[in-house]
Amino acid sequence: MHNNNRNNRANANKKLKDEENKKQKQANNKSNKKAEKGNKKDKRKKGKSSSSSSDSSNSEDSLSEGELAKVLEEVEEKKKLVAILRTKAWRMKRKLVTLKESQAFIEKFEGALGKGKGRRFYAYKVMMTKKWIKFKRDFENFKTSCIPWEMKIKEIESHFGSSVASYFIFLRWLYGINLILFSLTFGLVVIPEVLMGLQYGSIPRKTVPRKEQPTAMDFSVLWEFGGYIKYSALFYGYYNNERMIGVFKYRLPLSYFMVGVGSFGYSLMVVIRTMTRNARESGVDGDDGDFNFSWKMFTSWDYLIGNPETADNKFASITTSFKESIVDEEENQKDENVHLRRFLIVLANFLIFCCLAGSGYLIFYVVKKSQKYSALETLTWYQKNEIDIVMALLGMFVPPLFETIATLENYHPRIALKWQLWRMFALFLGNLYTFLLALIDQVNAQLAEEESIKNKTLAMMNSYNSTNSTSERIPAIDPADFPRGPCWETGVGLEFTKLTVSDILVTYGSILVGDFLRALFVRFINYCWCWDLEYGFPSYTEFDISGNVLGLIFNQGMIWMGTFYSPGLIGINILRLLTSMYFQCWAVMCCNVPQSRVFKASGSNNFYMSLLLLILFLSLLPVVYTVMTFTPSFDCGPFSGKAKMFEVIMETIQYDFPAFIGELFGYASNPGLILPGILLMVLAIYYLNATSKTYEAANLELKKKMQMLRDEQKNRRNNKNTVNPMLQDLEDLLPNNANVSKLELVKDEKVIQERNKKGTNQVVVEKQPTVTNGVTKTNGKHGKEMALVPPPPRMVVTKPPNPRQASHLLGQPRSGTPGSGPRRPPPGQPRH
Amino acid sequence: MQCSVFTVTILESPLKYFGIWNKYNLQVFTREQLKKHGRLDIILFFVLKDCTVFTRKEILRLYHRYRALAPQIVPRHFNDSADIKLPLELISEVPELKENPFHQKILQVFSEDEQENMTFNDFLNMFSVLSDLTPHHLKAYYAFKIYDFNSDNFICQSDLEVMLSKLTGDELSGEEVQLVCTKVMEEGDLDGDGKLSLADFEYMITRAPDFMSTFHIRI
Repeated sequence: MHNNNRNNRANANKKLKDEENKKQKQANNKSNKKAEKGNKKDKRKKGKSSSSSSDSSNSEDSLSEGELAKVLEEVEEKKKLVAILRTKAWRMKRKLVTLKESQAFIEKFEGALGKGKGRRFYAYKVMMTKKWIKFKRDFENFKTSCIPWEMKIKEIESHFGSSVASYFIFLRWLYGINLILFSLTFGLVVIPEVLMGLQYGSIPRKTVPRKEQPTAMDFSVLWEFGGYIKYSALFYGYYNNERMIGVFKYRLPLSYFMVGVGSFGYSLMVVIRTMTRNARESGVDGDDGDFNFSWKMFTSWDYLIGNPETADNKFASITTSFKESIVDEEENQKDENVHLRRFLIVLANFLIFCCLAGSGYLIFYVVKKSQKYSALETLTWYQKNEIDIVMALLGMFVPPLFETIATLENYHPRIALKWQLWRMFALFLGNLYTFLLALIDQVNAQLAEEESIKNKTLAMMNSYNSTNSTSERIPAIDPADFPRGPCWETGVGLEFTKLTVSDILVTYGSILVGDFLRALFVRFINYCWCWDLEYGFPSYTEFDISGNVLGLIFNQGMIWMGTFYSPGLIGINILRLLTSMYFQCWAVMCCNVPQSRVFKASGSNNFYMSLLLLILFLSLLPVVYTVMTFTPSFDCGPFSGKAKMFEVIMETIQYDFPAFIGELFGYASNPGLILPGILLMVLAIYYLNATSKTYEAANLELKKKMQMLRDEQKNRRNNKNTVNPMLQDLEDLLPNNANVSKLELVKDEKVIQERNKKGTNQVVVEKQPTVTNGVTKTNGKHGKEMALVPPPPRMVVTKPPNPRQASHLLGQPRSGTPGSGPRRPPPGQPRH
Repeated sequence: MQCSVFTVTILESPLKYFGIWNKYNLQVFTREQLKKHGRLDIILFFVLKDCTVFTRKEILRLYHRYRALAPQIVPRHFNDSADIKLPLELISEVPELKENPFHQKILQVFSEDEQENMTFNDFLNMFSVLSDLTPHHLKAYYAFKIYDFNSDNFICQSDLEVMLSKLTGDELSGEEVQLVCTKVMEEGDLDGDGKLSLADFEYMITRAPDFMSTFHIRI
């Protein structure tokens, strides 16, 4: 019907181009065909009972070549429609109707065109993708369930924020490291010694001295790691210096040394590798903050959640994450008095420096005093433990003081945490170093003592030798009665173990008293108190991230330092980490409240890691120093009898390796080779540093460019929007909304155009490829939408046209006078 | 409704339709299966399978879930379920929906009639949209409809406020809510009209890393 209209109009104008005529013919043909098809459909509907094969033969008879191709296209189109039907955002009813229609169509015509083999493959493919997706998800779930304590940490994170969770993640990571160190130490040193070495009581170093035997099983002695514990495989002194033990000829001294070196090497490697990985990860997804809040808003709820408890956790975690982002955002918007702020920062730093100096002096004083005590014979409990107590007290009271002072600075909580960590690190470092100095004093004293005892022993042995015959020398003296040196290595190990244990006790005690009892008090006394305890003065405690992280880091430093002299220490540490994981998780959930300003932890835990690396390096120093400089005790430990501990390596090379390796080793340790090696490394570091800086700069540049591009895009969109109303105003100025430039506007032509507007739309409809006809027929509403696809404009357009403009432009030449040249704007001419 | 008409036409000569099945070759049915589910529902499965992303098994499983909501109303067999409607309160007993803070709006979006009822087809459609095989744009479209609380085809300030209060349970203060809403608008509103259109929303949500995994219910 529309076609007829258009024909009339075209005839009236008689200025259509040849192409259009052609198109029109095609359209006419097609409409005819449509009618035919309709007829066919009717026929089919009537004769449905006839078999499909006869149908197909019928249609084949009646269809010509071109028509067949068209039908094929249509069938394909329908099939495609069916295939993507599930991805359409339609109502179920509409889907069903469409499906029914297109299926009927396919059913009718497919017979003519062969079977739909693709469907089977498609169904198979869909099934496989489904299975694959399911498998992937299950695998992910499995992986998550394999990570220990993941659910616990997630729960804490949802209530307390990522900063508190970062502590627990760090704890878990440390636990993993310690587990490996533990298996190294116990598997290669302790267990071989226990299984294959000499039994307890066989030689002096493996026996409790006669003097200590009456009290060796007393609890007070054992609690101090004296008595039987001191002379057990948990400490350095127990190990024998026999080069090979057992039937396997296990080289225990070598293994002891290598495990000591290896655990440091492994720790260094792991810390550095984790740091680089974290840095890489945070570099990759560092800032996609374009839609930070939007994503939190629209994608944070997980539709899978069907468990009330999980849902509660999710609500809490969403709220927490919003709060974190809000804190960050507020920080970005903050501006205030710079001078006052600077003054306060300087003041705070000065106060903190005073505190640090004071506590350093206190420790120094206490160490001095305790050295005086050591001259005394009887010591009270307080005198014995004075250093521990002072250090524990300092650790308890100075950090809160720092925190109070740090409020002066008014930093963002994340930055404040970093500062707090550094300051406490300095405090603990002072403690640690005074402790180490005291320890070295003690070692020196013991070395001197040992020298005299060694002489005495040798003299005694000599006298014994001279009096007795050489044959029955050893069994004559019981191992317990044998005179022995103080064994400074065991002494060092004992100090570290005691310190670790007292640290554990202080930590747990402070959690019990400071958190749990306080929470109980606040919770239950609140019923009968004159002010609100929960929101008033004592309140519940917040989780102290900085203190806990530093406690963990320093504890780890102790372990690294002490393990060489006390292999059992690492086992104690494993127990400590394990219990503290459960205990602290419980304590956090039970008696702490989230911080008032929940803040987001930095993307990686690299700050903790760098502190850990520092402490690892610092704890490496004293161990290497003692190994390299001090002579090992003459009568205890795996290296007894050697001038230096590392001689065990030389010994192995000398006896167990072929000669040329020893030579090689000799060359390699030549300063002439080492110095160039160091030089080369320095050069490499310099080069790598330079390149990484270049990359960083390039990265920054790229980021800037991306930001610029984004802004530009946004601006352009905005501009379009601001321009559009302007254009509309312009259009409004023109009568009848015509979008033809003012200069060439002829009134009568415009009237014609107005009249023909409807016609143009239809022309466009028919210009669509014939394939779409099936679709437009099945869902009539969509016919119009299809028409909006703009064909290439024929005129030079200086403004990006929106679809409506395009259709107008298209309509113009047809309705107007295409032959008359001057009416068109010359190319490139501005149109307004 | 259309569905039931379809089944009726098939009822007239069911044998003829075996031809269709063989042609599509989607599934070969054993006699036991036919006995168990009846012939009609198998035909229905064809229809539903093409309208959703589910397989026959999954449709059946969903049907059992649907039936479990009201065992006395919904018949045991799948065949004549097209006329059954369940009120939305019943539908929201599905655990995933029950915990979802937006469940009312979700059900509204997916239910086709105004009397707050939901047919099995709608139910199926809902789970199809929320399944993980559904393409991005479809999910984005429905998410937009869900989050458009006042149904004005734009997500505006008031929608965001409603959403935030549902998500955080009124834990945020008024200023914080305002801050969040302005930030969301700032980020998402590309054409500067003070509200998020579907295009804005889609642009934003297709870039979200975990939209596909969170806007998803397993059946």
